[in-house]
Amino acid sequence: MNAFAGTGKLIRLVLRRDRVLLPLWVAFICMIPVVFVGAFTGAYPTAEARQHYYETSVHTRAFTIAYGVLNGSSLGELVAWRSGFVTFMVALFALLTVIRHTRTEEAAGRRELVGATAVSRHADLAATLIVTCGAALVLGVASALALIGQGLPAAGSLALGLGFTVAGCVFGAIGAVTAQLTTGAGGARAIGISTLGAAILLRGVGDVAAQSGDGPAWVTWLTPLGWAEALRPYSGERWWVLALAAGAVLALIVLAVALSERRDLGAGMFQARLGPAAAGPRLRSPLALAWRLHRGPLISRLAGLALVGLVVGAMSASLGTLMDNSGAAAREALARLGGPGTLVDQFLAPMMTMLGLVSAGFAIQAALLLRNEERDGRAEPLLATPVRRLRWAGSHFAFILLGPALGLIAFGTAAGLAHGLNTGDVARELSRLLAAALVQLPVVWVFTGVAFALFGLLPRLVAGTFAVAMVSMLLGWVGQELQLDQWVINLSVFEHVPKLPGGVMTATPLIVMTVVAAALVAAGLAGFTRRDMPTT
Amino acid sequence: MMTETDAISIAGLVKSFGPARALNGLDLVVRTGEVHGFLGPNGAGKSTTIRILLGLMRPDAGTARLLGGDPWTQTAELHRRLAYVPGDVTLWPNLSGGEAIDLLGRLRGSLDRRRRDELIERFDLDPRKKGRTYSKGNRQKVALVAALASDAELLILDEPTSGLDPLMEEVFRQTIQEVRRAGDRTVLLSSHILSEVEALCDRITIIRDGRTVETGTMAELRHLTRTSIDAELAGPPDGLAGLPGVHGLRADGGRVRFSVDAAALDLALRHLTQAGVRSLVSRPPTLEELFLRHYDRATANLKGRHAEAGR
Repeated sequence: MNAFAGTGKLIRLVLRRDRVLLPLWVAFICMIPVVFVGAFTGAYPTAEARQHYYETSVHTRAFTIAYGVLNGSSLGELVAWRSGFVTFMVALFALLTVIRHTRTEEAAGRRELVGATAVSRHADLAATLIVTCGAALVLGVASALALIGQGLPAAGSLALGLGFTVAGCVFGAIGAVTAQLTTGAGGARAIGISTLGAAILLRGVGDVAAQSGDGPAWVTWLTPLGWAEALRPYSGERWWVLALAAGAVLALIVLAVALSERRDLGAGMFQARLGPAAAGPRLRSPLALAWRLHRGPLISRLAGLALVGLVVGAMSASLGTLMDNSGAAAREALARLGGPGTLVDQFLAPMMTMLGLVSAGFAIQAALLLRNEERDGRAEPLLATPVRRLRWAGSHFAFILLGPALGLIAFGTAAGLAHGLNTGDVARELSRLLAAALVQLPVVWVFTGVAFALFGLLPRLVAGTFAVAMVSMLLGWVGQELQLDQWVINLSVFEHVPKLPGGVMTATPLIVMTVVAAALVAAGLAGFTRRDMPTT
Repeated sequence: MMTETDAISIAGLVKSFGPARALNGLDLVVRTGEVHGFLGPNGAGKSTTIRILLGLMRPDAGTARLLGGDPWTQTAELHRRLAYVPGDVTLWPNLSGGEAIDLLGRLRGSLDRRRRDELIERFDLDPRKKGRTYSKGNRQKVALVAALASDAELLILDEPTSGLDPLMEEVFRQTIQEVRRAGDRTVLLSSHILSEVEALCDRITIIRDGRTVETGTMAELRHLTRTSIDAELAGPPDGLAGLPGVHGLRADGGRVRFSVDAAALDLALRHLTQAGVRSLVSRPPTLEELFLRHYDRATANLKGRHAEAGR
């Protein structure tokens, strides 16, 4: 039997299962650059206005980190630059899609069912990668066509679109590798998302260095996200970068296949060990069980946030120095921009907003663990003991509520220490950055509340909280450019968090958000005590 | 009728999930101290009934009483007195089987340490393996040990032997026989393995499409159905074919085979003796035949409905 027999049929299976999600996603992403074309031509109609915008933006660190290097002031360059964050989204989607169709299927036992039919060993991996990379290609070409339709140069449009394709294909292939490593899909996702996080961080460091003309600009080349940028759309396209990306995708696929050949169905590279024959004396309550279930993800999140906090804190002071060296014009431009606080604070404040979004994501994941306990049937035997529903949900709630708080403290402390050691005033920076991290807590709790309300009232939709968080963030990001009404932008809860450090601290929005979160949690718990278990 | 001696008493239970009606007026009475078989094809509503008994779901109509209490409002008190094995056991991936057994026992408040170890031995279970590495049968064993090691007065077992090998099925039967002999516990055994129910249960309830279709002891149920007769006769069995209650008569020379309703058995045998019996084998109806009769009717109905829909 040939090594990829049955791939065609499995491609149809993957397409059938994703028939709604995939087209929606591709169409949504294609729209984003087009929207920016409209926004820039509307808000900055003349070359002069765009030049002005360029000068104010090119040295704003937060922009560089979120979007990448800004090469020039032409419409195409501005659109390509502003679409820089789209590569993160494409990468994340491709990564999760591949893991969902490989390791998740295997862990659920469905791969065994499919694997026993006339399909070959690597057919599922091949089918998933073909669909994912195919979708990334369609996405790239469709984006390019849409931009050409808006009157932008063809070559640059193609380079921008193919940049998305590169991000999708490379991270799809990374997903294929991580799916071979662990026995659970959660572990594979964690490794994949950490890789993406590291890639975003590296691209940020490299881009800031490149934009300042000082520092390790070569770092950008270490990350697949940097390659998308290195295609230089509308700015002297470098097509050979595509060969580099193709080579990397091929190498990753070879690695994934090699790993897959060396393991059994259901197994990973990391083998499960034997556990104790009897429970320890402390494992005697729902809370003790919840701790066992949450502790692994919690510890890895705390470690990850502390590490990123250290890096961000350590980078801050040197970025400020670079900025000071970048000339009076740039400093003046920044002052005109009217951002609160110092240059360093302008870098740190949006970092804290990102921290808020990431922590909200962690809180939603922790809430999903509770939902999965129900959906997978593990809640039922527990609730057949004298444990009451509220006690069971409450034991998880402790971790969903307090886990993100610990994460924010870890990030704020690490960033404050690292930054303070650089500036020589640890006490000041530690308290400032810890406060800046902790003001994100109410917004995180709002999403905890949304997840809990859904859990109690519409349990099938708990995972939709991720979408609510993403849309909320996007409204804040693109609302200004789209010149949306202020009330629409205000829907983004992230917009109401005080912009610390450097901004003005106002307690009212924090109190309002906490109250909203509490009300949502109460509604969820009230619904949960009344509904059927399990609702699957 | 609800009496003090009923461990479970359900009347007219109705439960719908959206447009699908899972229970449609189900009745079930389990007397204290008996092993009660709860039989039905897949999707008949067995698990839904059990979830209502456990206070996990609320019925749309009808009443359910468990150990003299209300399963929805007195959940915690009642759960102290029962142990449950779900039909599809899933375990925590990062807890060992032994940890899961101990945790469930401690949460229930009763775990006989000696009995637990003895059951692990009998079921040949390795308690050190992590939940994610167990096969289906082994996950089932973990749940069985956790339930049987308790001193709960009511055991609710939802298809407890699915996935067990024949050897382990035998161990399970022995264990339930012991429970039955001791007589101090009530067992509700949902199953579709008929030989198991026939071997273990004092009384049986058969449900179909969310409704109770038969209930009683094996003897009572047998009474409702037909006995198979296989006889060698000296002469021709005159008039036998015309008797009401005789079905599927096949005569081959001196040999006749037929099945006969309990009510017509006496008359049919008289006809045979008149012809002169050389040998006679009579076989009581098995539960399987009983069950299949109801099941066949269900599929026949289904076919009828499909044909109607096709028109």
